[in-house]
Amino acid sequence: MSKPITELTSNRPVFEEHDPEEELTTLNLGPTHPATHGVFQNVLQIDGERIISGVSTIGYIHRAFEKIAEHRPFYQITPLTDRLNYCSAPINNMGWHMTVEKLLEIEIPKRVQYMRVIVMELARIADHIICNGILGVDTGAFSGFLYLMQEREFIYEIFEEICGARLTTNIGRIGGFERDFNEIAFTKIDEFLKRFPAVLSEFQELFTRNRIFIERTSNVAAVTPEQALNYSWSGPILRATGVDYDVRAMAPYCSYEEFEFDIPVGTNGDVYDRFMVRNEEMTQSMRIIEQAIEKIKGEPAGVFHADVPEFYLPPKEQVYTNMEALIYHFKIVMGEWETPKSEVYHAVEGANGELGFYLIHDGGRTPYRLHFRRPSFINYQMFAPMSSGMLISDAIINMSSLNVIAGELDA
Amino acid sequence: MDKRDNQSLLAELTDRFGTGISRHEEPYGLLTIHTSKELILDVLAFLKESAGFTYLTDITAVHYPDGDNTFAIVYHVHNLLENVRVRIKASIPVSDPKIPSATTLWAGANWMERETYDFFGVQFEGHPDLRRILNMDDLDVFPMRREYPLEDPNRVDKRDFYFGR
Repeated sequence: MSKPITELTSNRPVFEEHDPEEELTTLNLGPTHPATHGVFQNVLQIDGERIISGVSTIGYIHRAFEKIAEHRPFYQITPLTDRLNYCSAPINNMGWHMTVEKLLEIEIPKRVQYMRVIVMELARIADHIICNGILGVDTGAFSGFLYLMQEREFIYEIFEEICGARLTTNIGRIGGFERDFNEIAFTKIDEFLKRFPAVLSEFQELFTRNRIFIERTSNVAAVTPEQALNYSWSGPILRATGVDYDVRAMAPYCSYEEFEFDIPVGTNGDVYDRFMVRNEEMTQSMRIIEQAIEKIKGEPAGVFHADVPEFYLPPKEQVYTNMEALIYHFKIVMGEWETPKSEVYHAVEGANGELGFYLIHDGGRTPYRLHFRRPSFINYQMFAPMSSGMLISDAIINMSSLNVIAGELDA
Repeated sequence: MDKRDNQSLLAELTDRFGTGISRHEEPYGLLTIHTSKELILDVLAFLKESAGFTYLTDITAVHYPDGDNTFAIVYHVHNLLENVRVRIKASIPVSDPKIPSATTLWAGANWMERETYDFFGVQFEGHPDLRRILNMDDLDVFPMRREYPLEDPNRVDKRDFYFGR
């Protein structure tokens, strides 16, 4: 068991403060290391297996997202957002579209909102599956990961039915979806809702009553709510400390206010609580999807986008045959529509926390400035300070419980 | 006390800072106040300690090269108990990009300010460790400033000639 974090130091290397005769070892963990989940480096100073201090280096897959976004029209930014968090791409994608819709004041039909809710909650489940499965692998249990990976495959099959892609789903459009969910997609969602609870409870039983798992995770990297808020944490890891901050409840988007769901919170803020919060969130996500499926049945069928021809790219077959569609297509591509000069901040609850888009628009063809509040970037900041005093093996588990996605870390 | 909304918060702020809040607006319902770099730390401290805005959501900067060439440093803070957000902007000249660091108020400001420094070259005074974070250390420009194009104009491998055009 590691010692609790008594004080959080700054994120500086403190190598010079130690006596050289203590013979501490400097260990480069990463940039690519089987134990780190992504491309980033941690230079650790260790005394035996105990970490004395560390410093994190990131930026290895930085793609200049914000700079590229300044040079692209809104609809061309969609594929950039998919690649930020590749474990739950649709959430980023829809977060971006909702930001644009807020800026352009586009009203979205209810059915499209419920469809979005379904896709986003499926993505959240897929993300939490990865995180919790890998947490099991890091504590030495591989089979839990395998059980859940099948379900993640199945979620990707649903995405494939909806948009044709599995991982980098280009799923949304400004105003709605590119196409309607087909019958197979709905059937598969139903099948998923039927089979997943059993798999999840089996997975949970594998771990929550497993002595090795409990001893490896409970009281490891425990964080108080004050520390978590001081470091601007959000998402499941903040809720594990006991703060019930969830964007879906605080600033509802996509009709989340109509859904009944609980916000699970933890008490200790340790790795075990983060694991349990994520598990419970998967159950809550399924509750939301079930309600959304019911609500969709009450809405007129076949509506899958808002009636905004000025911003919604028409389907290709129409562009080839219909003059109106051709004109709209041309005008959207050339950027010939009036857009407001304003600024907008829109946040969605990503799988890792508050995912915010800060968009400044000057009425031109491309955003004037787009800043992306990336939960992984802000959550990961605390890793190096909180690792001091831990064992390396605990730090590894801590890292996997933070669920740092390198694409979102670097952007 | 009633729940804070934009109006009551604005009244509180103008009460405390007077003309220090030079301008305010509410785009899409989010109160945005403009202040100066001398007052920014006081405003943030007041919001955090007296008005309950304990959660720092984000720090970033925007470059406005036209006119008098300024940076706007943008802070988003959130009152979690009353569920109000507010955006604070401070304008600083590009020729002298210095602003006090918010790390004294929030530990989480550390990387957000490093990122802003990395992309814009804003010097956060009092920051414990102001280094580049996403770009490589020996980069000699601040790439998010508007004068730097997305593509290197000296690149030769993307000339039309090579693509048969």
